[in-house]
Amino acid sequence: MLEAYVPVLLFVLVAVGLAIVMLIVSALVAPSRYSKVKLEPYECGIEPETDARDRYSVRYYVIAMLFVIFDVETVFMFPWAVIMDELALFGLIEMLVFLFILVLGYVYAWRKGALEWV
Amino acid sequence: MIDTIVIPLLKIAVLVNGVLVAVTFTVLMERKVIAWAQSRLGPMRVGPYGILQAIVDPIKLILKEDITPAKADKWMFTLAPILSLVPALVVFAVVPFGGDELFYVTDINVGLLFIIAVTSIGVYGIILAGWASNSKYPLLASLRASAQLISYEIAVTMTLVSVILTAGTLSMIGIVEAQQEAGFWFFFVQPVAFVLVLIGGLAETNRAPFDMPEAEQELTGGFHTEYSGMRFSMFFLAEYANMLVISAVVVVLFWGGWLRPFPNVAALSFLDFIPSWVWFFGKMFGFLYLFIWIRATLPRYRYDQLMRLGWKILIPIAIGNIVVTAVVKVLL
Repeated sequence: MLEAYVPVLLFVLVAVGLAIVMLIVSALVAPSRYSKVKLEPYECGIEPETDARDRYSVRYYVIAMLFVIFDVETVFMFPWAVIMDELALFGLIEMLVFLFILVLGYVYAWRKGALEWV
Repeated sequence: MIDTIVIPLLKIAVLVNGVLVAVTFTVLMERKVIAWAQSRLGPMRVGPYGILQAIVDPIKLILKEDITPAKADKWMFTLAPILSLVPALVVFAVVPFGGDELFYVTDINVGLLFIIAVTSIGVYGIILAGWASNSKYPLLASLRASAQLISYEIAVTMTLVSVILTAGTLSMIGIVEAQQEAGFWFFFVQPVAFVLVLIGGLAETNRAPFDMPEAEQELTGGFHTEYSGMRFSMFFLAEYANMLVISAVVVVLFWGGWLRPFPNVAALSFLDFIPSWVWFFGKMFGFLYLFIWIRATLPRYRYDQLMRLGWKILIPIAIGNIVVTAVVKVLL
């Protein structure tokens, strides 16, 4: 059972190894010429005045919170979907109740304007 | 020992090489197709019809200087491209390229869940790249990109639930076998889900018309503005590898994977002489072409339109699709 995951682990190792080898090879063959201007953050040639990590729109935060809620709820549906054949009508009604509550939350978020961007 | 380590390692080596080569040729194909769509010739100088461009481009990228900006967070700046590239490659572990055991690395019973889980790790690479660059455009672009990715991830994941309902399994190979038993590709029973996954896939891979994170007119280069050389090409590789993944997943879920059209119709059995992997790669190529075609055709979405499409249109349709699929399945 768990043996099926050994190749996945190997794959992760190979992929990480490949990434590191690529960086090393590039570091060996690529030129490196120092220049102060080249190392500045890109801002269309103007010297940056402030730190880039400034305030940003709170909407990103709302989206991230909604994502956490909805994604977790979706994960609950996966096991149900797999054994739907055995659960039959009972499973269907259970899931409809679950989805109804999910949709309630979704409608609430919509009404509150959490899904509006501007 | 040989069965658990050596043979998988050989398969992985072949697969990783295959993905890297496929990516370089996909880039060439994209340039060529878009050029033809715009009545240009595209790359013509290197080799016949510019075919060797696919080999020259990576060599050029390796030879370019890899700059770490003075203000950047050095370790995070290096970690970000690795975090993008590794998940994009690892996903291929569960993609079945053919019916034979030779054509897939491993068959885990939660294959689809594995794909969803691993592809979402890529978001960390993007947000980390924007943060570590310590520059305005990358930071804004990475925020946009991550908000876009997580929004469409919900729609896609919900849509996949209805496909799992139809197949009754999470294993990628099991899904194809379910289509063989059913006698038809799942596209014919789940066309809505197919369209949703296709749209979501375009958004997940930051492809046009959803290439907001790289909207060059407003954000210069997107989240990898500060990147150059090898670390830039790792982001590039990851992006195109993700494109291959989405094509492969769509083929497995909706277009019968390695199966021929209408696998149960005996009249079509003369098609059986075509090996299974040819079917798979043929379909995959078709979807890659479709992605490029869409990029050549459609203008870019505005950001608020993009969010509206994801949250207010795709998610309700996905939920509705789950309910309809489940009800139909119980009734039949």
